[in-house]
Amino acid sequence: MTEYVNYATGEPVVDPKAPSGPIAERWDKRRFEAKLVNPANRRKHTIIVVGTGLAGGSAGATLAEQGYHVVQFCYQDSPRRAHSIAAQGGINAAKNYRNDGDSIHRLFYDTVKGGDFRARESNVHRLAQISVEIIDQCVAQGVPFAREYGGLLDTRSFGGVQVSRTFYARGQTGQQLLLGAYQALSRQIAAGNVEMHPRTEMLDLIVVDGRARGIVARDLITGRIDTYFADAVVLASGGYGNVFYLSTNAMNSNATAAWRAHRRGAYFANPCFTQIHPTCIPRTGDHQSKLTLMSESLRNDGRIWVPRAKGDTRPPNQIPEDERDYYLERIYPSFGNLVPRDIASRAAKNVCDEGKGVGPGGQGVYLDFADAIRRMGRSAVEAKYGNLFDMYQRITDEDPYEVPMRIYPAVHYTMGGLWVDYDLQTTVPGLFAIGEANFSDHGANRLGASALMQGLADGYFVLPATINDYLARNPHQEPVTDEHPVVQEVLAETEDRLNLLLSVAGDRTPDSFHRELGELMWEFCGMARTDAGLHKALERIPQIREEFWRRIKVPGSGEEFNQSLEKANRIVDYLELAELMCLDALHRAESCGGHFREESQTPDGEAARRDEEFGYAAAWEFTGTSTAPVLHKEDLVFEYVHPTQRSYA
Amino acid sequence: MARTMWDSSVGKKTVMAVSGMIMLLYLVAHMIGNLKIYFGAGEFNHYAHWLRTVGEPFMHYEWTLWLIRIVLVVAVVAHATSAYQLSRRDIKARPRKYVHARPRASYATRTMRWGGIILGLFIVWHILDLTTGTVHSGGFQEGHPYQNVVDTFSTWYGNVIYIVAMLALGLHIRHGFWSAAQTLGVGSRARDRALKTVADVLALLLTAGFIAVPVGVMTGVVS
Amino acid sequence: MKLTLRVWRQKNADADGAMSTYEVDGISTDMSFLEMLDVLNEQLILSGEDPVAFDHDCREGICGACSLVINGDAHGPERTTTCQLHMRSFKDGDTIDIEPWRAAAFPVIKDLVVDRSAFDRIIRSGGYITAPTGSAPEAHATPVPKADADFAFEHAECIGCGACVAACPNGAAMLFTSAKINHLNVLPQGAPERETRVLDMVAQMDAEGFGGCTLTGECATACPKGIPLVSITRMNKEWLRATRKAGKR
Repeated sequence: MTEYVNYATGEPVVDPKAPSGPIAERWDKRRFEAKLVNPANRRKHTIIVVGTGLAGGSAGATLAEQGYHVVQFCYQDSPRRAHSIAAQGGINAAKNYRNDGDSIHRLFYDTVKGGDFRARESNVHRLAQISVEIIDQCVAQGVPFAREYGGLLDTRSFGGVQVSRTFYARGQTGQQLLLGAYQALSRQIAAGNVEMHPRTEMLDLIVVDGRARGIVARDLITGRIDTYFADAVVLASGGYGNVFYLSTNAMNSNATAAWRAHRRGAYFANPCFTQIHPTCIPRTGDHQSKLTLMSESLRNDGRIWVPRAKGDTRPPNQIPEDERDYYLERIYPSFGNLVPRDIASRAAKNVCDEGKGVGPGGQGVYLDFADAIRRMGRSAVEAKYGNLFDMYQRITDEDPYEVPMRIYPAVHYTMGGLWVDYDLQTTVPGLFAIGEANFSDHGANRLGASALMQGLADGYFVLPATINDYLARNPHQEPVTDEHPVVQEVLAETEDRLNLLLSVAGDRTPDSFHRELGELMWEFCGMARTDAGLHKALERIPQIREEFWRRIKVPGSGEEFNQSLEKANRIVDYLELAELMCLDALHRAESCGGHFREESQTPDGEAARRDEEFGYAAAWEFTGTSTAPVLHKEDLVFEYVHPTQRSYA
Repeated sequence: MARTMWDSSVGKKTVMAVSGMIMLLYLVAHMIGNLKIYFGAGEFNHYAHWLRTVGEPFMHYEWTLWLIRIVLVVAVVAHATSAYQLSRRDIKARPRKYVHARPRASYATRTMRWGGIILGLFIVWHILDLTTGTVHSGGFQEGHPYQNVVDTFSTWYGNVIYIVAMLALGLHIRHGFWSAAQTLGVGSRARDRALKTVADVLALLLTAGFIAVPVGVMTGVVS
Repeated sequence: MKLTLRVWRQKNADADGAMSTYEVDGISTDMSFLEMLDVLNEQLILSGEDPVAFDHDCREGICGACSLVINGDAHGPERTTTCQLHMRSFKDGDTIDIEPWRAAAFPVIKDLVVDRSAFDRIIRSGGYITAPTGSAPEAHATPVPKADADFAFEHAECIGCGACVAACPNGAAMLFTSAKINHLNVLPQGAPERETRVLDMVAQMDAEGFGGCTLTGECATACPKGIPLVSITRMNKEWLRATRKAGKR
């Protein structure tokens, strides 16, 4: 471990595509400067897209519409099942339909500030500009957004912002947007412009002469490992929240595509920036396989509290008013229960650490609707939150109309990801990363209803414009075949890795390792991080890794449908990524957004950012398993939104 | 358009619905006519004779009746052929049963196929019995339908066959009428209760109306 | 809780399958059905047996991956997805039968995993609105009556799990197909392709080898998202309308 933490700091990383000039004109300027590919030549170019969520689905459909030959992959049995489907709340757009003072600039400002000044201004501004086009596009596709009686689109305010800019489709906005992208993609598959490979998982990246030229992927039904070649590769493979074992991610969401790309030369930026969502249903026991999010909108009317006394085991209804601690209202009187996600999560952890938590294991706080029911009436609460209450009751078998809900924070989203330039290209030429897989737009904390916006902005509008430039500048690439020595090597490495997993024949299941790693990460690299804790984790991870390769047991063979093998192979990558996350958290000795270092807080216990030392994005270069990575800093310049310490008291 | 209809599973269901509705309309008329038996041989036989002279002088003797017969034969054939082909398709679409089986859907729904077969066989018997007289018990007398009916329902098996078939008819109509409404796209959430009620009432009335004839003979009201 | 599980085991698409019996112990009522299967699989791996393959992903009832027939019911006794079914719906000592979706159009891949790509092909045949990226008019250019928007949403809720096919004694995909047609056909944006959509999707549905509808209503009873049976009626109406219009052309 000592060697791993002794990382070197390399050359700063600069964004060669970053446009200059007034911020509102930069995207137009870049689009104009980007070279175009002649429509007749587009069909000669093959582009690989990995993933079919909001980013991948929209990118695949749009690139195919433009005339490119797209080869697309997803591990699910259908592109419609990507985890974007589970997003509940909504999608932000600066339409200002409410005439409530919203504007592109305000969305830009809110997102930069909400990200705690760790995102790039140019990218965020572009995102805010594109947000309005996304809504137009989705409506044209038939996405059934909520509407007013006049037939116009309804919006709501979300995540504590002061304008009503969130478009939604009941509690299933992600589902409806994803189905829109899936249907657009389906149209292109039917037209023969997209070659779709479901139940096929990317296992490695093929880089030839310094350029991304293809991938190695495994057919999950037959187990066959194949190579696919292209002129450019787009990763839309989502985030890495499943490093924590328990998260709101889908069970099979994984980091393999991104991590393998990192191993092949793509820098990984800000891996420690993970978002812990405050309103999830607490775990009930060791058998728990995943956590379920309850929409943030519940905080608009619910009041959060814990008993004043430690270890109070009385049922909530028997705890009198003056023995309850409405701690968010007490600590943050002006924002109360609506403080941003990172603040709410940390406060919940603090009261639970003090022994005031409720429910099994004391890992929960109450979210109480008694006041709201008294104020608005039960039917109004039902109309607003009925489906969420039903979902809660189904999982917990408790009636939230009668008994307060119990909630606890859980890992939800990862702001970090592959480093990309303004064109969404990674440090490997020809390799692009979009959606949650890249690091670009949310800084250290993502605002509610912004993930859907970013995924679709990248896929529908940004990438299709910028990838042209790369392809136009690299028009005649030598064809690559399986016989190429690099391809042979990558193939052999992949096969060896899977064979090794199958041959260890130890005595521990893949899940047991995943759970152990997850618990370690949650404890030391979760809601609050310390120098000592991170050192401890960095010491432990290589030990788990060593044990993994000694004791892992994967039944069956590689030439068949083998879910244990899939799982084990993903854990191999988590065991390396976890180490980098801890190192990044250790090196960033400041608190910002979702990253809270206990050593860096204000006298009243709030996160203290240290812009002088850490006003940069940390892009890590891989040097080898167990060997220290190299840190490349990208300085963040704020010309329009000047960094201030966030205050919600 | 005809091709699209016949090639599609939805189209074939439409054929079934339309042919079923034609037969249903005929059955309503048939049942009302049957009830005339309660008014004595004179009125009943007169009615039967009128059936052959409907439309005169424009139509020749029995033309209208034959027209109705042709329409009915076409409807029966279309109904049965569609049913056969759709059933074949359905069975092929679900080649393996669940190990843990449980009864599915209502009794009327589950018995549509067997009920249909029973009704088909019944129609054959019914025509041979009372139209051509081929299998009639006792001496079949052309032009004396009243007596022929009384003869048929004076045998135990005549009653059993007829009553069983009419019960099957009731069940068939109960699901079939509502089902046809769905196939033809006239069902809706608001109209569902009403459609189901109409189906039940139709099924009940037709069954009761038809069974009234053998009951009349058995009880001696008709003799 | 202690349970006896009878699970369909089938090595691959070509192999014969059979029910195998397993015992699981220490099951908590708070577990989801899939977490109970996780327990079984951990047990099987450690004892050197092949774990039971089953599809699952989001485990919060929205991705539509999970697909088990439990005691003869698609998604089990509650009206929800398998992943949202909890063990409190069962009793200590119960014997539970677990089988894959059964339909000719959904061939078994392994154990409880089936191939539902037929659904994707139905969507590809017309379950979309042609709206190339960037060509969209301003979102407020076409108001949509709230009732129509709500109607569209209710049908768009379909998660494509296939429970309707599994529950249907004819292995029909009418509910799935109708949900998408109704979602798009009621919207003004979907109007230009209204006729071709329903004709093509129904034709594709037939071509995939799904059965026909006998209106047993089993599909709507099994649907975890509550797509109503009348959705099929509405599709029939659209189909007849489109056939008439096509006939006139």
